[in-house]
Amino acid sequence: MEDTIKLEYIVSAEDFTRAGEASSDLKNILKQMGVSPDTVRKVSIAMYEGEINMVIHANGGVITVFVTPKEVTMILKDSGPGIPDIDKAMQAGYSTAPDNIRSLGFGAGMGLPNMKKYSDDMKIETELGVGTTVTMTVRIC
Amino acid sequence: MNTLNTKFFHSVYLDESLCKGCINCIKRCPTQAIRVRNGKARITSQFCIDCGECVRTCSHHAKKIHIDSLDMLNDYAYTVALPAPSMYAQFNNLDDVNILLTALIYLGFDDVFEVGAAAELVSEASRKYVDTHQEQWPFISTACPSVVRLIRVRFPNLIDHLLPILPPVEVAAQLARKRAMAKTGLPADKIGIIFISPCPSKVTYVKSPLGTDHSAVDGVLAVKDVYPLLLPHMKIAEQRPMDLAISGRIGIGWGCSGGEAGGMITDSYLAADGIENVIRVLEDLEDEKFARLQFIELNACSGGCVGGVLNVENPYVAKAKIKRLNKYLPVARTHSEDIPLKIELNWNKAVEYEPVFQIGETVLESINKMKQIDSLCNEFPGLDCGSCGAPSCRALAEDIVRGKAEKNDCVYILRNHIHLLSETYSRFSHEAIVDGEDPNACIHMLMNYMDKLTEEIALLDSHNLINTDSDTEEGKHYDD
Repeated sequence: MEDTIKLEYIVSAEDFTRAGEASSDLKNILKQMGVSPDTVRKVSIAMYEGEINMVIHANGGVITVFVTPKEVTMILKDSGPGIPDIDKAMQAGYSTAPDNIRSLGFGAGMGLPNMKKYSDDMKIETELGVGTTVTMTVRIC
Repeated sequence: MNTLNTKFFHSVYLDESLCKGCINCIKRCPTQAIRVRNGKARITSQFCIDCGECVRTCSHHAKKIHIDSLDMLNDYAYTVALPAPSMYAQFNNLDDVNILLTALIYLGFDDVFEVGAAAELVSEASRKYVDTHQEQWPFISTACPSVVRLIRVRFPNLIDHLLPILPPVEVAAQLARKRAMAKTGLPADKIGIIFISPCPSKVTYVKSPLGTDHSAVDGVLAVKDVYPLLLPHMKIAEQRPMDLAISGRIGIGWGCSGGEAGGMITDSYLAADGIENVIRVLEDLEDEKFARLQFIELNACSGGCVGGVLNVENPYVAKAKIKRLNKYLPVARTHSEDIPLKIELNWNKAVEYEPVFQIGETVLESINKMKQIDSLCNEFPGLDCGSCGAPSCRALAEDIVRGKAEKNDCVYILRNHIHLLSETYSRFSHEAIVDGEDPNACIHMLMNYMDKLTEEIALLDSHNLINTDSDTEEGKHYDD
């Protein structure tokens, strides 16, 4: 596609020192591209939440981002355990994060709810034992 | 001056005769504002935030600061010195601030007004403002002009969190002038209000303030310039210091990181210092990682204002000295109800986002330029060696796409070209003999190749890396 830029980020498992690198890089690229501050904010918050989820729950994974003049699409793909009950996972405050993760200040149960809140469209495909792919779209306005 | 120049006025400039064209400053600049071009460091005006990192890092002392001289005292009928709180920490065994303040009078000022005293009023006003505007929490301190300038160009989403209260030096200048006018009956323009600054950032603030149209400060001297002149006067002042000090612990505390936050009298704060740390905090703040805090204090210099490049003492030693000085002082000595003069504490001009790093006019144009940048980055070695004069391979790629550099600025790209040319030359010369063609045509073709090779090698000579020419181009700043 002519008018699309593709970015790819590898998210490594359980490495909190590097969590947020991908969303931070994407944020700076979008700012450089002149995407409106509000859109940049939504993308960066949604993507950071997703990135942290991949680190905590899914042994990392790959994030592919497509930017067109109309929208930013983030595809977060992991080969983690999968989500047994999506409705439950979408509830604010529901978390399956272990205590050691919570003690780091993560695992507040706001990951997926925030991803939904800050994106204009979110789709979850998950299969137990195979992995999860979350596709989020934020419109550029 | 045109608007752009005023908007991006800078106090930091380059002394070209001292610049060796090394890459120390380009590597340390937090906004990647410096490029070495034709063997000299150029500052891109719009990117520079006057933090002073390049002044600190240049081992050839080629980065200078536009600063006033003590001669300016002669330009006014009456002068008032505004010493910054961090200045108190520059002297050994100073137990009484009055010794320093008296020495300033002996040096030639008619009066002194402590910036620390004004800082106590700013703390008071900030507490009230933060309390009554909870919807904008967390507030970001605006006392460090480099931080405000950084947010203006890089963090558009945080502009609404800037605390719209004037910095202590501005409040001090207003009070000092009003007090001097009342005392002397002189008109405002006969009174010189002169700030003694720890950093270039404050010089920039005075010439081109953010948050207000015009600063009430008339001139700025550097602590390091005044320091040696003060020492003999302090010896004399020690005998019978005048009673001039009106700042308490909160005001003087502003000189160190955490001091301003201390004046907020809340536990719900964060204080970060050092420009790299400041950027990290702003990045996280932008992602709403700690929205529940009330107040964020940020200082571009390590240790806070004591770390300013115009100060002389090691910032951490200075911090210890401030602690000692503050030990027996009351919490605050200057309160708004004691001030009979009406002063302005709030910003009267909003700060607006300046998207200086934007790569294209539209998102579509940016996408295409981003693609070019990516493909250039893939060609570069990724060593970030700085030989091209840009701080990283990516920065060079951006410069090329912006039309400000060329691919051959990369020594590795250039070297590959030369290899390729010489290989082709060698191959052709062998083939020519084997084929037994017209010897004149062969020689002609080989000569052409030789010329190209010589041209490319000449380009290598003109490269920043080995350029020894002294470049006398006008203008210290490098603009579009």
